[in-house]
Amino acid sequence: MNIRRRTFLKNSSIAAAGTLLLPQFLHAFGQRQGMPNSSGKILVVLQLSGGNDGLNTIIPIRNDIYYKQRPRLAIERNTALTLTDEVGLNPALSAFKRFFDDGELAILNGVGYPNPDRSHFRSMDIWHSASQSNQYVYTGWLGRYLDAMCSGCDHPTQAVEVDDVLSLALKGERQKGLAFTEVQRMVDVSKNGWFRQLASIQHPEEPMAAYLYKTLADTMSSADYLAKEVRKPQSTPNYPNTELGKNLKTIAGLIMSEVDTRVYYLSHGSFDTHVNQQPQQTRLFTEMNDAVAAFTKHLKQENRFKDVLLLTFSEFGRRVAQNASGGTDHGTANNMMFVGENLRQQGLLNPLPNLADLEAGDLKYSVDFKNVYATVLDKWLSAPADDILGATYQRLTFI
Amino acid sequence: MENATWKHIHFYWRAGFGPTPEMLGQASRFKPSTFFEAYAAASKKAPAPLLVASNLADGLMNGLGELGRMQSLSEEDRRKQRQQMQAESRKQIRSLNLMWLNEMVHSPAQLREKMSLFWHNHFACRNLNSYYQQQLINVIREGALGSFSSLLKEVSKTPAMLQFLNNQQNRKQQPNENFAREVMELFTLGRGQYSEADIKEAARAFTGWGFDAQGQFVFRRNQHDEGSKTVLGKTGRFDGEDVLNILLEKPETAIFITRKLYKFLVSEQAPAGRIEWLARRFYEGGYEILPLLKDIFTADWFYDDTIAGSLVKSPVELIAGICRILPMELEREEILLLAQRVLGQILFYPPSVAGWPGGTNWIDSSSLLFRMQLPRFIAGNSIPIINLKSDDDVEMGMRINQGRNQSRFSAGATIDWKKVFSAFAGQKQEFQAKSWQQALLTAKAKSAPELVQKFIGKHAEPEKHQAEIILLLMSLPEYQLC
Repeated sequence: MNIRRRTFLKNSSIAAAGTLLLPQFLHAFGQRQGMPNSSGKILVVLQLSGGNDGLNTIIPIRNDIYYKQRPRLAIERNTALTLTDEVGLNPALSAFKRFFDDGELAILNGVGYPNPDRSHFRSMDIWHSASQSNQYVYTGWLGRYLDAMCSGCDHPTQAVEVDDVLSLALKGERQKGLAFTEVQRMVDVSKNGWFRQLASIQHPEEPMAAYLYKTLADTMSSADYLAKEVRKPQSTPNYPNTELGKNLKTIAGLIMSEVDTRVYYLSHGSFDTHVNQQPQQTRLFTEMNDAVAAFTKHLKQENRFKDVLLLTFSEFGRRVAQNASGGTDHGTANNMMFVGENLRQQGLLNPLPNLADLEAGDLKYSVDFKNVYATVLDKWLSAPADDILGATYQRLTFI
Repeated sequence: MENATWKHIHFYWRAGFGPTPEMLGQASRFKPSTFFEAYAAASKKAPAPLLVASNLADGLMNGLGELGRMQSLSEEDRRKQRQQMQAESRKQIRSLNLMWLNEMVHSPAQLREKMSLFWHNHFACRNLNSYYQQQLINVIREGALGSFSSLLKEVSKTPAMLQFLNNQQNRKQQPNENFAREVMELFTLGRGQYSEADIKEAARAFTGWGFDAQGQFVFRRNQHDEGSKTVLGKTGRFDGEDVLNILLEKPETAIFITRKLYKFLVSEQAPAGRIEWLARRFYEGGYEILPLLKDIFTADWFYDDTIAGSLVKSPVELIAGICRILPMELEREEILLLAQRVLGQILFYPPSVAGWPGGTNWIDSSSLLFRMQLPRFIAGNSIPIINLKSDDDVEMGMRINQGRNQSRFSAGATIDWKKVFSAFAGQKQEFQAKSWQQALLTAKAKSAPELVQKFIGKHAEPEKHQAEIILLLMSLPEYQLC
């Protein structure tokens, strides 16, 4: 096909014969039906996959039980980065220590849910769908956010996952987020003549076929939008040459291009440290530390840090006692970290979990993760949290 | 003899995994009962079991936990050994996956393998012990077309299922309670048809159900609660099998199974009364599966054009179907696992005991684009590197690395195009596009001829021309439907 893209578009818009409806993707260039710009606030969700060991992340440096239960694995008080008298931080997270000192970090302890599941897939699905642990829900909290905010959105770019496969978290009833690792992939898609042609023809009547064509048209519309809007930034600071570094760089590029994306999702891992935990967690934390440091530095340079809230979570924590292989096994409650400017509450938001009050060797949760979701949906994204979560969860006050 | 019509193709996709080239050009006139009987006959024989873990020790150790002979090792050595066995077990489950997929592609017992896929989803089980998974899939394949009552009982007694369901949920709940709950909620009655009290009582009946070191079901009388129980209004000193019979006596079980099967074979929605009619016959026929299938495949409404092309092919159906219509040798069979993984359905790794939700859940922007490009990726031997989500049940903390310094890799696929072209051998080139459209798409695709014409380009060689037509048609959204 030799027709250049712009000519093709121009011709399509005035094509008379047989075209009843203006092809979907052209809306990208006209009026945009989209989300109300909720003061440009952006959420970045960083998923730590595999069940990160929370106790070696936010460390109870004065707790005898911790040291007794983990003779090999516990992090020494003088190795940990000191946050308070009682609390230390994993030594690989020096940037997060700086965030803490500068009031840009909030830490929530003991986050979990009732009747916890210790299987990766189930627990992650529970976190993604915000379901009860005995329910099977096939939509995700961010997908339902799109449903609530984005009915009739012509190009669903408002939630983006930097990955090749879309997570459950971003799948809604009607809307689904967009997944790609590099913007270039989307640019390539937008240039694919076959897809463009298909996206422009009239949708079939049959519901299933129509659904496929609509998905394709929305994808092309999004690809076109990104291809048009994403600009190479003037000066790109250095990001670490790790997968996480590249992914955060991609996100930063999108933020700077002022695309209408409100939520970015990405993951890092695997933190499933049954064996020889220390080197693996240290390596992953070093990568995370350096990538997030570069990301926040870049955002600050461009005066966008104020608009961004980054949160970390994992599908479960790990058991208090170490195992016999220098690692830990699947546990329950874990901590979450929030990085941002102008947090209403900073530092430790609640006490460390009580190691003397365990449930068969596992931590008891004190905050249901759905409270965090409700808080973020309501206060950061200005979305109807109760509808999205299917129930009212008390909001926290850190934002 | 004639070209296969849309009714043939529709039948082949629903009763199996689609047509092979041989089934396209030389089809006898379509009569539902004739074709159904032929498929049933081809599936009559008991299937040869799939075998990856022939040695009990192969798959057994990691599942059972402590075993006598392991106690002599230090805890650390025991763990190391367990890890090795788990790695071996994971490798074997991958082999089991490819082996079964191979049956779906090549076996004449299409109906049996298709129904096995249905039961594999219905009795969804995520167990990392390859021996148990092998045992379970063979129980399913053998019983796929027999009596649902027998199948339910056999599956419930497999170590795979017992272990999987009893190790679910937190430690607080009684293990048998979870087993009872899932059997009622997911395998028989469906939600809302029982009370919590029923579950607790049924759990008591299942006490003593276990398995031994040889991976065989065993009933341990000394662990069994002999007392009287009341389940769904019936009282007695029930054991597990009695409870299963009580569940089967409820017509709701027949309705639940029928509705689920209807969604898998026919359509997401059913008009009022149709499910009940089918279910009543299923129930009265003693839960025999084959007659229910005959009712479906010989019904007039099954051949309505609102039914054909109305289901989204599941990833496994899509992949198997591509392999059937394009017979091929693959140097790197892992491409079949990769495709399952990217598209969200890996055999033997259901997301939960509720199975894969299916339907539009299979489709999002990334999965749709990948699906549409999959035939061309394989044929062109050029598959882009995909960032795979970690699945720690599969990887246990160690990421599978595809090598990010490459941008594409090849599966080393050699498609037997000669076989493919033999479908319409002797047919004039100008009719090929139409024949192939009929062969590949049951969903109506009005714009297909125009699109193919537009993108076909000039090919001097007629074979390249025909191959291009086929690949273009398989790159349409309609090819995702059956």
